[in-house]
Amino acid sequence: MKRIFLSALILVLMSVSAYAGFDETINTATAPIAKWFGKVVFFKIPIGDAALPLVVLWLVVGGVFFTFYMGFINIRGFKHAIELVRGDYSNPKDAGEVSHFQALATAVSGTVGIGNIGGVAVAVTVGGPGATFWLIMAGFLGMSTKFVECTLGVKYRNENPDGSVSGGPMYYLRKGFSERGMEGFGKFVGAFYAIGIFLGALGIGNMFQSNQAFVQFVNVTGGTQESWFADKGWLFGIVMALIVGSVIIGGIKSIAKVTEKVVPFMAIFYCAFALIVIFMNYDAIPQAIENIFTGALTGEGVVGGALGALIIGFQRAVFSNEAGIGSASIAHSAVRTSEPVTEGVVSLLEPFIDTIVICTITALVIGTASVAEPGFALVGQQGIAMTSAAFEREISWFPIPLAFAAMLFAFSTMISWSYYGLKGWTYLFGESLVMDRLYKAIFCCFVALGCMVQLGPILDISDAFVFLICVPNILGLYVLGPIVKKEMNSYFARVKSGEIKKYQHS
Amino acid sequence: MTTTFLVAVDGSEGSLRAASFAAERAKAGKAKIVLAYVIEWSPYSFHTPEELAERHKRREEEIERAHSRVLDPVFKSLKDKGVDVETVVHHGHPSETLAEIATNKGAAQIFIGRKGESRITALLFGSVAGTLVQTSPVPVTVVP
Repeated sequence: MKRIFLSALILVLMSVSAYAGFDETINTATAPIAKWFGKVVFFKIPIGDAALPLVVLWLVVGGVFFTFYMGFINIRGFKHAIELVRGDYSNPKDAGEVSHFQALATAVSGTVGIGNIGGVAVAVTVGGPGATFWLIMAGFLGMSTKFVECTLGVKYRNENPDGSVSGGPMYYLRKGFSERGMEGFGKFVGAFYAIGIFLGALGIGNMFQSNQAFVQFVNVTGGTQESWFADKGWLFGIVMALIVGSVIIGGIKSIAKVTEKVVPFMAIFYCAFALIVIFMNYDAIPQAIENIFTGALTGEGVVGGALGALIIGFQRAVFSNEAGIGSASIAHSAVRTSEPVTEGVVSLLEPFIDTIVICTITALVIGTASVAEPGFALVGQQGIAMTSAAFEREISWFPIPLAFAAMLFAFSTMISWSYYGLKGWTYLFGESLVMDRLYKAIFCCFVALGCMVQLGPILDISDAFVFLICVPNILGLYVLGPIVKKEMNSYFARVKSGEIKKYQHS
Repeated sequence: MTTTFLVAVDGSEGSLRAASFAAERAKAGKAKIVLAYVIEWSPYSFHTPEELAERHKRREEEIERAHSRVLDPVFKSLKDKGVDVETVVHHGHPSETLAEIATNKGAAQIFIGRKGESRITALLFGSVAGTLVQTSPVPVTVVP
């Protein structure tokens, strides 16, 4: 079965690569749609020189609201989150079920991706050093949004007759609204979310990742001029699609196992080297930090001033930690727990690790490099190439392991998103083997496509969809917020009274 | 109160020898036997989201298989010998989990079979019996 799929896939891709101008055909066909759609989703209100997209405002307001409404759960719950991940509260009887640590690790490998390396560079280029400050703020607020999302994901998940689970925003939106007597609306937003997450999975969770991995690969093998691979996007794409396919269709767990094991180490390795690079520029550290704060408040040299820096910072943070999008709640709903709140508490570590730790470190690498070498940011490097250049200044061989790390991050993000998209797809078409395989075959085609086409308009459409599903998702969070608050208060009261105890582990 | 003996069973020849050895002791001393099978599992391993979603199902299957393939035959043969037997399946780190089961069941002794690994393999992969001897809360009998 899978052989047929794979050979069919290869045939399709071969013919695609043979057809020159394929890029342009797609681009010209989709550009007007993308443009219109982007305009609608990213509708901007002009404030001074800056333009504030409404959807970003929607996310910020959501983050602020839930931080206050849940009584600063992002600070209060932090210590408890670490205790949960450590397994202090895990019942030994449940050994063999998904642990809090595993759910967190899987969700983190889904969010730690190209955005942490390349996205931050984009933020700093466009929004100045001050964007870093707002990036951290967004991470901080995102912790509260994630808490609400993931608690709901567990609370309203479906337990399938075969013992597996399906959860996520489409389920809590449908069931949550139905509970409140808005059954029709619940069905509508559930389905809408499912379509959005499916399209998002093909775009930012897939094509964007494979495309960036390819770009980085070409860079380290000699750049667009020299590299033999420069015009062989189709080859790289097919190889990538085959590897992804062998994991998600072929069920070759060993590849996934290896990646899932390597990714956390890569993240640690990346942070360690980043810290080394930052300290090699130790003279520049105070200035770099000062720039972050002054930039945040004055927005010097940024279009739209401080507000411009804020917008960019928040936008990039959402791309990176996915708080408000609801995707992580799909991964978190697999945990076996009688207390949905525990999963929400654990999930607040995600924006913390992803944004407050990893993104900030990347920003500092770039920040210290630009202080040590004025004009560094102006030489025209963009995205991941800029981060790579900042590392290269201090450690000449670093771009190669960095490219390797970027590819692995991209790969693990694709694996995670393939699942998010699958859950959207099966929500719409039912859980059957045929639908499952069909989705996965489509997903693999898009992996290959990502390396072949100029992303422009297609990616814009997918981006827009990912932001668009924030709208019903956060709306649902507002409606269901009181339920989460009640559960949270009851849970923490029981922890305090000693009704929920730590288990003695030998 | 009757004495309880814990026997670590993994389906290997050695573990079967340990079980029959323990059965003789149990009959002589009117003791009860707990047969334990540990499925190796770490809460810190990494999985894809799809594996996480299916984990509960898989866990049930693993436990089911441990009973039907490994424990049930031993259980039956000991029962036929007239010994009072009980079975336990648990996920976890093998030697640590065996020690925990021993404590929970109030076992007076643990019986475990030896695989007869060479020094190199024991060094590389560790030996459950070897580790258990060092960490067990109760006396351990290693059956060759």
